[in-house]
Amino acid sequence: MKTKLIALSATALLAAGCATTPSDDEYYTKAVALMKAGFKDRGQAKVDRIDQDSLQKLCSSYGSNPVPPDVAERLQKEQLATIKYPADGKYLGDWKSGEKIAQSGRGGQYNDDPKQPSGANCYACHQLAKEEVSYGTIGPSLYHFAKLRGYGPDIQKYAWNKVYNSHAFAACSSMPRFGYRGILTEQQIKDVVALLMDPNSPVNK
Amino acid sequence: MNRTLGGAARAACAVMALSAAGAFAQQRSAVEEIERYRQALGDGNPAELWEARGEGIWKKAAGPKNASLEKCDLGLGPGVVKGAYAQLPRYFADVDKVMDLETRLVHCRVTLQGISPEEAKKSPFGGPGRKTDNDALVAFITAESRGIAMAVPMSHPKEVEAFEVGKKIFFHRGGPYDFACSTCHAVDNVRIRLQDLPNLTKQADAQKAYTAWPAYRVSQGEVRTFQWRLEDCFRQQRFPHLDFTSDASIALTMFLARNANGAPFNAPSIKR
Ligand code: HEC
Ligand code: HEC
Repeated sequence: MKTKLIALSATALLAAGCATTPSDDEYYTKAVALMKAGFKDRGQAKVDRIDQDSLQKLCSSYGSNPVPPDVAERLQKEQLATIKYPADGKYLGDWKSGEKIAQSGRGGQYNDDPKQPSGANCYACHQLAKEEVSYGTIGPSLYHFAKLRGYGPDIQKYAWNKVYNSHAFAACSSMPRFGYRGILTEQQIKDVVALLMDPNSPVNK
Repeated sequence: MNRTLGGAARAACAVMALSAAGAFAQQRSAVEEIERYRQALGDGNPAELWEARGEGIWKKAAGPKNASLEKCDLGLGPGVVKGAYAQLPRYFADVDKVMDLETRLVHCRVTLQGISPEEAKKSPFGGPGRKTDNDALVAFITAESRGIAMAVPMSHPKEVEAFEVGKKIFFHRGGPYDFACSTCHAVDNVRIRLQDLPNLTKQADAQKAYTAWPAYRVSQGEVRTFQWRLEDCFRQQRFPHLDFTSDASIALTMFLARNANGAPFNAPSIKR
């Protein structure tokens, strides 16, 4: 009953918040029904991946349009509240291991072994170390990340937050929520944060 | 015809040799690479081998009813192959639903040849040492639309519905990475690693992308269909497996094909 109410109010919110016409809602409902019928479990990728959490649903509803500022603000606040910090209070791990994680695209696909640790494929979307010329451009260049912004605790924390839950600072970002969704372990996040923040990391050379 | 085929076979060998030798060339722009392959090939595309095989399958009597597919109606009337693919997916009154090419082919194999739906749908995509009828038929039929402008109809309400539902699927974020097609294909001029990503919501990019499939993939030595491309993108999206011929697959294809309207169809092509 409680979940029903939440689902209802989410629909109401959608309808009010982004001028969804009734037929748009119908297309959405139909699309979900057809996906549930057409997709089949394969490896670790089960059909329940079609089910959206509230963020996925809200972000999808805007299509190519920008998220309205008030919605973005609320969403970012919610996502910021999901972030968990390292138990020992240290943000930085080993940048060398971070570089390996940033290179690896494995994890989450139906042909990946779920028992193996996941990578994060940061290079798919970002420039990082200068030596790696095979990088994508969906996200901004992170070359000289700490060299430009500083090596201090505030920036360390920002880097942690960003990797943990990208939507805390950019509602409906294209970047996965590596910590929140459990893609990376705490130690792995420390390692990629070190890749961004360690003065000896090739990112800051 | 024979001459062309010989050329294509020779070209296939040239391509294999090149791709083996060219492993280091990863970092060169993909476009430049393909230009080199094209030059090595002359006018031939190994996909011609698939096209010829597909034509043979189309004309050959098969199944419990011992019939060929030559009476199959791909939308322009029974047996009309020329230009049919440029107007697919579309609404078919005989089944009262929208179908894409693969779904229609399954329908024809079932109704004309008496093959069971399970058999007709089974393993559509080829792999090493395994050639499929579906790959060959799709290569043959799509080639018959080469040079013809894409004109996917949207006059029937079910066509409109398929398009709108397809759009929803395109933007549907889900799974552990929060990905949708739109994560990688709704922004201009971006790439993943070194691979350029078309913005499939913009006409020019959508036209270029859609009209270039199926393609002979040099790196795989196979003709890959558009449905295969979708399957591989769903994998990267961390989604499960989408059954080809499912209504969700047809709707998504409708959205992508319709966005390509106006451009001359130009496949089977050749890709890295
Ligand atoms: C699917 C693409 C994608 C992947 C993979 C990805 N990112 Fe991002 N990232 C983005 C986008 C898009 C932005 C800009 C929007 C935003 O801030 O969320 C971004 C922003 C960032 C920022 C903020 C930059 C700034 O100027 O404040 C950091 C830091 C970052 N990413 C780090 C990483 C790291 C580290 C990884 C790997 C663990 C990673 N990203 C993986 C797409 C991606
Ligand atoms: C994580 C990123 C990602 C996602 C998500 C994704 N794709 Fe792709 N897509 C790619 C990459 C990378 C290529 C280019 C591959 C290459 O060049 O070999 C590609 C290629 C394509 C192409 C062929 C373009 C051409 O010019 O040949 C089409 C069409 C396409 N994708 C459609 C889709 C659709 C539809 C979806 C949603 C089901 C989707 N993609 C989801 C990364 C993605």
